[in-house]
Amino acid sequence: MSFLSLNAISRTFGTTHAVDNVSLDVNQGEFFGLLGPSGCGKTTTLRMIAGLEKPDTGSIIFQNQDITNLPPERRGFGMVFQNYALFPHLNVFENVAFGLRARHKSKDEMNERVNSALDLVQLPGYGKRAVDELSGGQQQRVAIARAIAIEPALLLFDEPLSNLDVSLRESTRSELRELVTRLGLTAVYVTHDQEEAFALCDRISVMVGGKLMQTGRPRELYEQPSEISVASFLGRNNLIKAMRLSSSKTSSGEFKTLEGGHTLHLPVKHEDLAPLNQPIYLAIRPEHVELSTNNNGAENSLRGNIREIVFAGATSTVRVDANGLLLEALVLRTEGLEPNQSCNVILSPNHLTLLKN
Amino acid sequence: MNTAEAKKRYRVHPWKSVALFLLTAVVLLYGVVYPNLSVAINSFQRDGAWTLANYREILSQRIVLEAIISSLGLSIATVFFCALVGVPLAFLFERFTFPGRRLFAALAALPLVLPPLVGTVAFIFLAGETGILAHGIQNLLGLQNPPWRLRGWPALILFHVYTMYPFFYVLTGAGLRRIDASLAEAARSLGASKITVLRRVLLPQLTPSLVAAALLTFMTSMASFSAPLLFGGDVRMLTLEIFRARQRGDFGIAITETVILAVISLGALIFFQRYEGTRRFAAAAMKGAPRRRASIASGTARVLATILAVVFAIVLVLPVATLFLVSFAAEGSWTTQTLPAAYTFANYQRLFGDPYASEVFFNSVTMSAIAAVAALLWSFAIVTLLRRGKNTPNFFGEGWRRLLSLLVLVPWALPGTVVAVSVAEAYGGPSLLLGSFILVGTFWILPVVYFLRFMPLVVRALQASMEQLDSTLEEAAGSLGARAWQRFTRVTLPLVWPGALAGTLLAFVIALGEYVASVLVFVPANRPISIAIASELRDFNLGAAAAYGVVLIVIISISMIVAGRLERLRG
Repeated sequence: MSFLSLNAISRTFGTTHAVDNVSLDVNQGEFFGLLGPSGCGKTTTLRMIAGLEKPDTGSIIFQNQDITNLPPERRGFGMVFQNYALFPHLNVFENVAFGLRARHKSKDEMNERVNSALDLVQLPGYGKRAVDELSGGQQQRVAIARAIAIEPALLLFDEPLSNLDVSLRESTRSELRELVTRLGLTAVYVTHDQEEAFALCDRISVMVGGKLMQTGRPRELYEQPSEISVASFLGRNNLIKAMRLSSSKTSSGEFKTLEGGHTLHLPVKHEDLAPLNQPIYLAIRPEHVELSTNNNGAENSLRGNIREIVFAGATSTVRVDANGLLLEALVLRTEGLEPNQSCNVILSPNHLTLLKN
Repeated sequence: MNTAEAKKRYRVHPWKSVALFLLTAVVLLYGVVYPNLSVAINSFQRDGAWTLANYREILSQRIVLEAIISSLGLSIATVFFCALVGVPLAFLFERFTFPGRRLFAALAALPLVLPPLVGTVAFIFLAGETGILAHGIQNLLGLQNPPWRLRGWPALILFHVYTMYPFFYVLTGAGLRRIDASLAEAARSLGASKITVLRRVLLPQLTPSLVAAALLTFMTSMASFSAPLLFGGDVRMLTLEIFRARQRGDFGIAITETVILAVISLGALIFFQRYEGTRRFAAAAMKGAPRRRASIASGTARVLATILAVVFAIVLVLPVATLFLVSFAAEGSWTTQTLPAAYTFANYQRLFGDPYASEVFFNSVTMSAIAAVAALLWSFAIVTLLRRGKNTPNFFGEGWRRLLSLLVLVPWALPGTVVAVSVAEAYGGPSLLLGSFILVGTFWILPVVYFLRFMPLVVRALQASMEQLDSTLEEAAGSLGARAWQRFTRVTLPLVWPGALAGTLLAFVIALGEYVASVLVFVPANRPISIAIASELRDFNLGAAAAYGVVLIVIISISMIVAGRLERLRG
C-alpha cells in the first residue's frame, strides 16, 4: 500500500473541470512532482491533498486512512505557499512557532524546535526580525521553516520558488532537495517549470487540462513520453504525423509520414499498434536528429534541404525541410552545413517514440 | 439552500453557518425589512382598507409637490456646485505644489466631520443676519438693517457646498492619485494636447470617483434636515415636511411622504450605480508610477494659488472658529456688536455642572457606544457570511448573498428621516414582531435607530479590511493545525481590527451628533446632545448652544485622530 493515494479525484469550479479523474500514488520518502502548464489543475490537486479544497468525487488515502473529509488542521501536513503566506503581524519566531502553539507545545520544546528549524534553513538568530524586513529568499526560508517545524507527515510545495530571481532559484532548489532528503520527509511539489521538476523530483506526474497524462521518472518522461501533450510540453520535440503501413503483427512497425511521404521504421510493441487507417504521431527530440552530408545507408534516413541555421551558443538549431516534412535538429557543430544545402536527416528508430492520441 | 454544497466546504461547520445566517437574517428582518415594509404598506392603507387615498391626497397638495421638486432641485444644484468647487480644487492641490498647499489640504475635509446641526449653527453665527459678518458690515457702513438675510435657496446652496464639496474634493483627489502617470505620458507621446489628455484620458479614468462623489452629495443633500429647518425659509424640503406632518399629527401624510423620499433616494442609488458599472477602468488595477506634483513655474500663478489656498483655508476654519468664540460669549453680550463684548467660562461650567445639561452627554455617549459596539459585533457576523472566495462558508447561494448585502446597505441609502419614521411606524404600537412591547417611547429607540443608520459604515470598513486580507494566510494557519477559532483570533482578528475599529469609531462619532432621526423619536429619558443644542438655540442661549457644539467637535476630533492612527497601523 502506498503512502499517499489519490483515487479518481475530480473537482469542478462552475463549468470548468479543474481536476478530472486524477489517480496517483506517492511512496514514502519520495520527492514527488506535479508538473503542468498554468491552469492545468496541479495546484487544485495539491490543495485537495492539503484539505483546502474538497474533491467532488474520489477519495484521498493517507497511510491507509481515508482523509478526504478531514479538515486541513487535522492532517498535519506542512505546506509552503507560492506567496509564502507569512503572517505579517508576527515576527519570524512567532511565524515558525505558529503551528507549535496550535499544538500547545511547552515553551522549552517550542524554543528548541523553532530554533532548530531556523538553523536548518540557515536563518539562525533571525527570530526577532519582522517578516517584512526580510528579502524574498529569506521569507521563503521562513515559510519552509514554519512548515517543517510541525514535523509534518507530508510536505506540500506550491510553486515555492516562482517568486525568486533566477540565480537564487537554482541554489535554493538544491538546498531544498538536500533538506527534505536529510529530514527523511515525503514531499509533493507543484511547478510549471520542467527543469525545476526534473532537478528536484524522484517521480513526476504531468497534468494537462485537469487530466493526469503520465507519471514516471524524469528521464522516462523526457525520453518516452506516451502522450502528445506530454511530448510537446516537456521540451522541444519533432512531432511527425504518420499512418501505419503494414498490417503484419511483427515487432517492427512501418509508418508513412503524411507530410513528405517518407517511410519510417520503429520497434513497436504489439499492444501499442494503432489501427491501420488512423493517423498517429511519432516524436523525436531535436538532439536525437542526426544530420549527415553523405548517405551512409542508415535506417530512417531522409533526404532534406537545410532551411535555416540558428546559432544559440553551445548548440545550434538546424531546420530541415525533408520534402515538406519540417524537422529540427540540435547540433553541437555546424561545420560543413550551409543554408539551402541538401543533406541526410537520420531519425534513429531507438529514439522515435510512438505517441498515444 | 444547498446543503450538499455546504458539506464540501471545510471552513465553517454547517450549523455555525446556519446560526450566523439566522442571526443576521433576524436583525435585518426586524431592523430593515419589517419597518420599511410596514411604512410602505401603511402608505397604501387607510382605516384598515387598501387605498391610494394617501397618495391622491398629498399629490393634490401643491405644498407636497413643491417639496418633492425643491428637494430634487436643491440636490441637483448641490451636486452641480459642489463639483464646480471640488473638482478644480482637487486638480489644483493634487497636481501642483506651491506654498500654502499643505495648509489647505490638511483642512479640506473638515466640513465632513462637522455634525450637520453643529455646522448649521456655526454657519448662522458666522453668516446669518445677526452673525459676525453681517454685523461687521452693518457696523462698518452704519447701515440700518443687516446687509443680507441668510434665508432660502442661496443660503441652503451655500451651506450645502460648504459641507459637501469635500466629497468631490477627496474622491477626485484619490482618483487622480490612482491614475497611472504613464497613461497621460503615453497620450502626450501619441500627439494629444493637454486638453485632449484631460478630456480623453483623465476625465474618463476619473468617472468612478466623480460618480461616487455625485451619489454621496445627492443622497446627503436629499437627507439634509438641519439647514432647511433653521434657515431654509420658504424652501420646502421633503425631510422637513415629514417632520412637520408628524408634529401636526398627520401620520398618514408623513408616511406617504416618507415612502416618496425613500423611493427617490433608492432610485438615485440605483441610477448612479448602474452608470458606475458601464465603463471599464483597467488602469485602476495596474501598478504604475504615480505622478509627481509639478511645481508652478509662473510667479503670478504661484502667488494666486497661494492666496487661493490661504483664503479657502480661512473659509473652512471660520465657522468652527466662530463657534469656538461664541461658546465663550457671556449671556446677553452679543446683540448688535460685531463680536461678543464679554467672555466667560460660564457656558462650559453650566454644561458640566448642571446635571440636566450634562446628562445629554451621558445619553449620547452611552447610546452611540451601544450602537457602535453592536454594529461592530454584527459586522463580523455579516461579513463572515458575505465573504467571497472559494473557501469561505457559502451554504446559501449567490442570490441570498446579494439580498443580504443589499439589505445591509438599505439603511445607509435611506435618509435618517426615513429610518426613524419607519422604525417609529413599525414599533410605535403592538407589532407583529415584538408583540405588545412598544419600542417607541423607550430609551432603546435611539440606540436602535443609530445602529441601523450607521451599521453599514462598520460593515463596509470591515469588508474593506477583509478584502485586503490575503486568504492564503488563513489557509496557512489551517495547514499548520489551527482550528477555526484559532485562525480567527490569531490571524484574522489581529489583521483586521484596526480597520474595523476605525469604522466603529466613525459610526460612534456620527451617532454622537445625530439630529435628523433623533428629533423624530427622542424621549426625555434619552435626550441626545443635538436636541439640547437645538433647544438652547430656540431659547437664544447662543453661548450654551455653541459650547455644546465645541465639546462635540473636540470629542469627534480626538476620535478621528485615533481612527486615522488605526488606519495607518493597518497600512
